[in-house]
Amino acid sequence: MSTEVKEKETEQTETESVESSHQSRRMEQKRQRASQRDLEEEAREEIDDADETIEIKVFRFDPEVAGKEEPRFDTFHVPFFKGMTVLDALIYARDHYDSSLTFRHSCRQAICGSDALFVNGTQCLGCKTQIADLEGHLNSTIRIEPLPHQEVVKDLVVDMEHFYDQMEAVEPFFDADELPDGELEEQRQDRENREKIKMSTRCIWCGACMSSCNIAAGDNEYLGPAAINKAYRFAMDEREGENRKQQRLNIIEQEHGVWRCQTQFSCTEVCPKDIPLTEHIQELKREAVKNNLKFW
Amino acid sequence: MSQSYDRGTIEDFGRWKEFSAGMWAWIFHKFSGWVLIGYLFTHIAVLSTATQSPELYTGTIRSLESLAIVRVLEVGLLAVAVFHILNGVRLLFVDLGVGLEAQDKSFYASLVVSAAIVIASVPTFLAGAF
Repeated sequence: MSTEVKEKETEQTETESVESSHQSRRMEQKRQRASQRDLEEEAREEIDDADETIEIKVFRFDPEVAGKEEPRFDTFHVPFFKGMTVLDALIYARDHYDSSLTFRHSCRQAICGSDALFVNGTQCLGCKTQIADLEGHLNSTIRIEPLPHQEVVKDLVVDMEHFYDQMEAVEPFFDADELPDGELEEQRQDRENREKIKMSTRCIWCGACMSSCNIAAGDNEYLGPAAINKAYRFAMDEREGENRKQQRLNIIEQEHGVWRCQTQFSCTEVCPKDIPLTEHIQELKREAVKNNLKFW
Repeated sequence: MSQSYDRGTIEDFGRWKEFSAGMWAWIFHKFSGWVLIGYLFTHIAVLSTATQSPELYTGTIRSLESLAIVRVLEVGLLAVAVFHILNGVRLLFVDLGVGLEAQDKSFYASLVVSAAIVIASVPTFLAGAF
């Protein structure tokens, strides 16, 4: 694809004379060549060569550019290859058709949590969603939109600030009551406790759950599934001690904490890391009740 | 959340085709809950006006039961009540943290069982109504 072509060009320019006086002239020539090179033509050839092609319909919106303030959908034809993900298709469209197509992505292996998107009506990670797994991907158009219930900054990029605020509200860091005496002494966790919190540690802060949550959409103060899961991860960690757990429960049992959850299971459905979010929220609800109901 | 533009039906019921089991369970539970509350108040209103005398009571019930629409609504009321009870049991298990991985199946089960009970009740409710 386009990156490979650029590398070849660099080699060519390097083999030419290395005199610095010619530097600027050569750079100018290079720029001209690059502009002449028709990426769309390239894409057309690749589509002709490809056995299968797909059609993606991407949400476009740019409030800063006149004529692009109106939300609209752009359709791109992309050659399909085995193992292609939604993110691959987006990268292809950006590199070949429209370099202004904007979306977040980084690691491409479902661990950075940058590319949570709304694909065909469900929240998912672009890099983790195989195009082949989408129903009827060869006959119908794949609709790619930014996450719902979050303000769109540009194209597929949404404002994550509110999500991060909610995450930070539960104090998402390990904070033990007592530290071990020895400097090199470890804070051991038993296997059972580790198993209990294992799934909750896998959150990548992508925001898919928060976007899918009907309650979070209507209640801006609601902590949201991801933040409550984070609270679960530390509240259930036995190394932190009773005091800290009590403080954590005080945060989550407030009016806009765990009690807003109405068990729609939307978050659990969309979580790309398969965290049983509803289960964790329900367990914290029970903890909160046990904490306040004392008959002994 | 605040929006910089109108996304139309993207963020509400316009996506109903893409709702999953848990979402439908929530919608049906809310809906049946409101229907039951509405019924409860009409029920109290009708009964409190009909309990003046035994004759009035019998007359009220007979005149209501003679209306075909009331017979059909009774089937509807049973459907709503049965689903609300069964899904309520499902939610109880969800609250207890039991079988959360089967929550979609238990929703379908409560739908099927309510449908079966409602269909079985049709002869009783609609006997002689039409």
